[in-house]
Amino acid sequence: MIQSSDIFRVFQDHRGDAIVIPTGTSGRHWREFTQNETRDLNLGGAMGHTTSAALGLALGLPNEKVVLFDSEGALLMNLGILATIAGKKPSNFCHILLDNECYATTGGQPVPNAQEINYAGVAKEAGYTAAYSFDDLEDFATNIEQIMNESGPVFVAIKVVPEVENEPIGMRQRAPSRSRAETIRDLQGELGISVG
Amino acid sequence: MVEQQAAVLSPEALVEEFKKNGVTHVVTIPDSETNYLYELMQEQPWLDVVPASREGETFAIALGLIIGGQTPVCLIQNTGMMESGDSIRGMALDSGFPLVMVIGYRGWNRHGVITDSVARYTEPFLNAFRINYYLVEQDADSHRISVAFEEAKNTKRPVAILVGDEYHGFNR
Repeated sequence: MIQSSDIFRVFQDHRGDAIVIPTGTSGRHWREFTQNETRDLNLGGAMGHTTSAALGLALGLPNEKVVLFDSEGALLMNLGILATIAGKKPSNFCHILLDNECYATTGGQPVPNAQEINYAGVAKEAGYTAAYSFDDLEDFATNIEQIMNESGPVFVAIKVVPEVENEPIGMRQRAPSRSRAETIRDLQGELGISVG
Repeated sequence: MVEQQAAVLSPEALVEEFKKNGVTHVVTIPDSETNYLYELMQEQPWLDVVPASREGETFAIALGLIIGGQTPVCLIQNTGMMESGDSIRGMALDSGFPLVMVIGYRGWNRHGVITDSVARYTEPFLNAFRINYYLVEQDADSHRISVAFEEAKNTKRPVAILVGDEYHGFNR
């Protein structure tokens, strides 16, 4: 397993101008490494549907690279989205799954079949252009440049160390972060998009 | 047996309303009564049909499209709308963007007794989410679709169209 912060540290060097959507407990570390917050997007959540919203963004902005950092608990809630994504074949979409094998935010209970499921295999068979699995940082670092240049949809499953939270939600410390509305406004401003 | 009305809502009228209101994408799960509408939408060069695997996806995909500057509608059945409750909350209502959702009103029957429970719960569901809606049953009602688009734009909220003509208008 890899520390998610190491994933983000390595990824930042290969990000280019991609729009990045971090999610889940592990996704918070992206803020420590991003060098272009204007292109970081918080899509909010709704029982796993951030993945769907990321697809919509990739379809809506076909000339922009869109990278989603997903989590396995969220993906399992809506596994059919893999077929939806594969069906529309967004060539600009890179779907990276940070798999900590548990619901870290609710105390670390295991997700169903946590250690047996092959997410990259599921994605590949659903119809993704390519799918990779990593549980070694060096392997990920060696391959990420090629992955970012590949025509999508590309799926990358990475085993990461769980960062389990047990404090009641109201007592948890949160680093300052922009709201969903703020990230949307900033991204649309950068891209010159106005919504009536 | 469901009693049918004389006038019908044609798929062409619905597609024309989409075009008039600048719709770019229809995010949808087809149902058995709307296959001609589906085919007609796919024939339109200005319209991209996005088939989803589950109705809850449609509202999230629509949000992403809206952020990207597109104008999607969600086209699903009332059964799927109920499945989509948290997605409607988190991705449509809470995001503060205009969205028209076109909902097949399965079980709706103006003239007979409504026996399908999904029809009984459809309007209470929308009322619980405080989503305004317009019933469209025939071509003469289709201007209400433009009203819904205008209302969604002005309120930056989802507005629903209930298609109360599922049982005979949308098949060949």
